[in-house]
Amino acid sequence: MCGIVGLFFKNPALEPELGHYFSVMLDSMSSRGPDSAGFAVYGDEVPAGCVKLTLHHPNEQFDWAALASAMSHRFQVAPNVKVNATHARLILPAAEQDARAWLTERFPGVAVMSAGRRIEIMKEVGAPAAVLARFNVRQMTGSHAIGHTRMATESAVTTAGSHPFSTGPDLCLVHNGSLSNHNRLRAQLQRAGIEFRTDNDSEVAAGYLTWRLQQGASLKEALEAALHDLDGFYTFTIGTRDGFAVLRDPIACKPAVMAETDDYVAMASEYRSLVGLPGIERAHLWEPEPATVYSWTTSRN
Amino acid sequence: MNVIDLSQTTVRELNHALHQLEPTDPGPRWVVREPRGAHAIACGLRVPVTVEIEGHAGYYCAGMNQFATVRVAGNVGVGVAENMMSGFVHVHGNASQSAGATAHGGMLVIDGDASARCGISMKGVDIVVKGSVGHMSGFMAQAGNLVVCGDAGEALGDSIYEARIFVRGKVKDLGADCVEKPMEPEHFSLLKTLLERAGSEAQPEEFRRYGSARRLYRFHIDHAGQY
Amino acid sequence: MPLQPRPGLRESATFDRHVIHEIQRAAETGIYDIRGWGAKRLLPNFDDLVFLGASMSRYPLEGYRERCATDVTLGTRSAKKPLHLKIPVTIAGMSFGALSAQAKEALGRGATEMGTSTTTGDGGMTPEERHHSQHLVYQYLPSRYGMNPDDLRRADAIEIVLGQGAKPGGGGMLLGQKISDRVAEMRTLPKGIDQRSACRHPDWTGPDDLTIKIEELREITDWEKPIYVKVGASRTYYDVALAVKAGADVIVVDGMQGGTGATQDVFIEHVGIPTLPALRQAVEALNELGMHRKVQLIVSGGIRSGADVAKALAMGADAVSIGTAALIALGCNSPKWQSDYEKLGSAAGFYDDYQDGTDPAGIATQDEKLAARLDPVQGGRRLANYLRVLTLEVQTLARACGKSHVLNLEPEDLAALTIEAAAMAKIPLAGTDWIPGIATRGV
Repeated sequence: MCGIVGLFFKNPALEPELGHYFSVMLDSMSSRGPDSAGFAVYGDEVPAGCVKLTLHHPNEQFDWAALASAMSHRFQVAPNVKVNATHARLILPAAEQDARAWLTERFPGVAVMSAGRRIEIMKEVGAPAAVLARFNVRQMTGSHAIGHTRMATESAVTTAGSHPFSTGPDLCLVHNGSLSNHNRLRAQLQRAGIEFRTDNDSEVAAGYLTWRLQQGASLKEALEAALHDLDGFYTFTIGTRDGFAVLRDPIACKPAVMAETDDYVAMASEYRSLVGLPGIERAHLWEPEPATVYSWTTSRN
Repeated sequence: MNVIDLSQTTVRELNHALHQLEPTDPGPRWVVREPRGAHAIACGLRVPVTVEIEGHAGYYCAGMNQFATVRVAGNVGVGVAENMMSGFVHVHGNASQSAGATAHGGMLVIDGDASARCGISMKGVDIVVKGSVGHMSGFMAQAGNLVVCGDAGEALGDSIYEARIFVRGKVKDLGADCVEKPMEPEHFSLLKTLLERAGSEAQPEEFRRYGSARRLYRFHIDHAGQY
Repeated sequence: MPLQPRPGLRESATFDRHVIHEIQRAAETGIYDIRGWGAKRLLPNFDDLVFLGASMSRYPLEGYRERCATDVTLGTRSAKKPLHLKIPVTIAGMSFGALSAQAKEALGRGATEMGTSTTTGDGGMTPEERHHSQHLVYQYLPSRYGMNPDDLRRADAIEIVLGQGAKPGGGGMLLGQKISDRVAEMRTLPKGIDQRSACRHPDWTGPDDLTIKIEELREITDWEKPIYVKVGASRTYYDVALAVKAGADVIVVDGMQGGTGATQDVFIEHVGIPTLPALRQAVEALNELGMHRKVQLIVSGGIRSGADVAKALAMGADAVSIGTAALIALGCNSPKWQSDYEKLGSAAGFYDDYQDGTDPAGIATQDEKLAARLDPVQGGRRLANYLRVLTLEVQTLARACGKSHVLNLEPEDLAALTIEAAAMAKIPLAGTDWIPGIATRGV
């Protein structure tokens, strides 16, 4: 059980302020989720042929420089590394699969939080305000971000168990609610080659979307299939390379509020998360209908 | 009037002050500024005081209201006027889910739309929504009147008991045991009163009435599929 | 299996007489079996635990002079006015509607005499119960029948009910024969119909929204009253952790042996876990959050004797709640009505058809003539007697373990007699230090 938020700028002039507005939104959802927090920020896009990875190691003193050095040996190019608390953002001119395979073999204690060309996922155990401060989210920039404050329901309070979950390039998901058929679904998806790191129901939802997309579905089609295949209560917010999407289950007991102006689209579990946004007094406010896919994309790049 | 700014005062202090008012002399109206989506604003009121909220309120605004008049110049979150016993609550904007849930009396007016489960389990309240209502509205509605000037979503009046539902617009579909019923003279005059009190220009003749078919009042195996 | 009617006749263990009877009944009526009471089948329970009384290394307390205190305070976390009870046994929520007004009055009288609380049920608060109960816990259920802020303010505590042990995930049920004029009026229902009840709360779902609901109830009552959260035992470990995070002052966990006024038999016997493992899970969750004794735990579901109470406290509960046992104390299933039970096709000690509203003991009925069979004053006295015996028994056991307060009983005072109980309660098998799944105690 949790709080979820999403902020998507239509107006590129606001991108330098993404972290500022987003962190206020996420902090306000602490009462819904005091255990841990996580977010995905979509910032600068790396060139084609490169991959941007966000990596995690539980020890804040982990020697990322040594990892970078070993990596440059293997890939013949020094990766661009930026450390942030227990995470490191790494840009490498290589294919994602090769980078992952090498990391699994050489640094099995390092977890890949996200991979893609724009996405950066960071998440940690601790009160949301502390997590925001620890990662200095206020200073982050980008076109969109989604985030999550967690009150763990049926799985442990761990870093890995926190949202957002990413199971595909530039794709991630946050979830408010509780699925009821995720255990069997997880086993089916594992047989189809999707890997899971936790016993978390939300990770199964993310894996399900990845599987559908791999099968050739569009995001909209994948989310519509989810309405049929996922059972339980959910408000999902999904981040993609160029946009975000929101979906509520047909019963729609879990909350969701949306706000839209010419400059942005925002969503949150409660209206009070949106009050700090510019021009919120004049924003179009509405609640997404149940069983309906809502999505927005930029046409930048 | 008493002006409270919720960016300076807490909701708890506001509610506590409102709970101290004398029933026979509740005093002037209260104006609440900067509500900013806060929850439980003006809940548990029990004297005939007027409270005006200038902005959007969060969950359970005017929860368990008795005798008071609460106006919201904005939207409200989940459960506005939940379990209200008497009094008047007027939302100028839209209401989120479960508006007027389990309320026993008084009147709840929503100028905009109400979301899913409007009037769920209502027990005597009069609710007038000038816009539309979402799915499962009037679910298990036991008593009172739900008046919808706009449209109603799926499963209207599912498992309804003795409450009355009036809809002017389209009904997406009806819930278990909810059926359309003829409008009699007493319904026209009831609607006229309710619409006038709610400040609506809609005309009673434009509405259709829905209520319980009463087939689920005694469990019978032929209806087992509806449970 | 009892005696076979003739040698050579063998009863099937799979299709035994109960199963055959039920299939035939289903074929005849086309409706599921509805009854009262809790799970009747044998389940691992407190009988499978024993106390390690004092001996060479541990010394007992003398009775009488050497105090063994029994008081408990509930609701210390956030409430201005926690409940101070004299004994760690409370009366569980049972509705006026399921029970007669006389029965509710008797429960109030007996509980008050012993300095403990009663709880309203799925129908609201009656003036009789408020008048006769010194400490009254007001239930806040999905149906919200009779719910109103005046009663909320008159209550001493508020119990938000998510579920009960007999039917975790199910809603209330009261059949038409018990929806009398008075019951109908309190519940805002037409008289004589079969009440349908919601299984989820109408205006919140999930612990994140429960947090906001708890705040609202505190605001309405100016933060005075302890807020309890009650769950039927299923995923108890998570439920308790979430209830703590949502802000509960007290958590009530009701195991599958817990009774009900009426629900489907299939629910009672096949949903929920026994009280024994649920209690252990609840205490584990509280310990991990550092909230044991700060958020109090009340456990119910098949509490029968002072031994059960003492074992529940030893495992970490702050108090227990009794429902079925309290009704039996009042006179439910008494042999004095045997001929009436037989007329109904039942027998004293077997009667569980509370849903019919024809309870010969006059307790689970709205029929005036039957209800008059229970004298509330006498009933109150009987309940007080029973509570007194429970308390004396707990004190006896606690003194034998060297405790000057019953809440000082701890898991290490116990041993398990069966492997299931050892695994469920995480108490070592007697004479060993083995807990199935764990090498040695110390977790």
